[in-house]
Amino acid sequence: MTIPRDYESIPGTYVYDAERGRIGYVLNMFCMSLNKAENRKSFKENEAAYLDRFALSPEQRRTVLERDWLGMLKVGGNIYYTIKIAFCDGLTFQDVAGMMSGVSKETYAKMMLAGGRSVQGNRYKDGTAPEANHG
Amino acid sequence: MAKIVAGIATSHVPAIGVAMDKGTTATPYWQPLFKGYEPAREWLAKLAPDVAIIVYNDHACAFSLEIIPTFLIGVAAKFPIADEGFGPRPVPVVQGHPALAWHLAESLILDEFDMTIANEMPVDHGLTVPLSVTCGQPAAWPFPVIPLCVNVVQYPPPTGARCFKLGMAIRRAVEKFDQDLRVVIYGTGGMSHQLQGERAGLINREFDIAFLDGMTRDPLALTRITHTEYMREAGSEGVEMVMWHVMRGALGDEVAEVYRHYHVPASNTAAGLMILETRSAA
Repeated sequence: MTIPRDYESIPGTYVYDAERGRIGYVLNMFCMSLNKAENRKSFKENEAAYLDRFALSPEQRRTVLERDWLGMLKVGGNIYYTIKIAFCDGLTFQDVAGMMSGVSKETYAKMMLAGGRSVQGNRYKDGTAPEANHG
Repeated sequence: MAKIVAGIATSHVPAIGVAMDKGTTATPYWQPLFKGYEPAREWLAKLAPDVAIIVYNDHACAFSLEIIPTFLIGVAAKFPIADEGFGPRPVPVVQGHPALAWHLAESLILDEFDMTIANEMPVDHGLTVPLSVTCGQPAAWPFPVIPLCVNVVQYPPPTGARCFKLGMAIRRAVEKFDQDLRVVIYGTGGMSHQLQGERAGLINREFDIAFLDGMTRDPLALTRITHTEYMREAGSEGVEMVMWHVMRGALGDEVAEVYRHYHVPASNTAAGLMILETRSAA
């Protein structure tokens, strides 16, 4: 790897870089298809059949069918694309953000009203901080 | 001669557009945010610019991952409103300014900024929410718009320093245009927010306020913020703030801050708005 990916030390974050772009392209292009009303209709009528049109990996397919929002990111999903599945379900960005961070909708909404998730303690994955007491 | 007279920085949170479209801006949740937009709307109505350049990012609407332009300029006479996955926003079609847009495209490319040129493209909330924020809900937008898209969806976006230099080139190009036009430029996106992963919901007020202050105090220092620093300090989607540098670079050295508004939360995001007027003799 020639370009340093120092952002990999940020916890709970899946940067859509070349590595993820390579594995996620097909998954994200399926999501892109949901910009068209007729495709949203077909997807809602029969999700499995609609997904057959795209060469998803079995794991990508599972994450979509199970609405495993965090799992989608781990198999190359980009949030601006995967959110289109959520829009089909009538969910909002905030609903999905809460689910990805593993808390209830109410808990997440309360956290945002209180000023959001603090950066303190959330800068580095455990053991990756360049110096002690830095985040 | 055309002239850039002011810059507007604003977040483009889609939920802000939804609140306006559904008429919920007076609710306790949204009222503090929208109240802070009123002075900006009054200022812009009074300024009455002839044309706006809006620097924003497309969110999987006009462009997919099929082709990813780093910098793109829209030269069409009109730009339809995109269906982002839940139907198009009920806002007016955006009128373009093909003469100035083509002039910018030519000038920027010859000035070594290799723009992609779009003759047809829909525009999404990245462009329409800033218009809604600053113009309210008119039957037609009060001025034509030149969309200028920056990729911030596929890593890496262009650097802050490159964005600033693009802004400087836009200023040079505008000043060579042979019509007397008063131009405003919008830099949109941000401020701190993270929409993805277990760390979703991250907000960093301290970073944001320092960024707002830096727009007038030391904009060049802000251009040295790395992508990793944006993502670590201001959330993975906070990297959108590179687009503010295009706006700032287009304003020249002497600017005055005439208004700012900062509010948390707008859905998952810290919403910022800042108005800067150019003060240089040009």
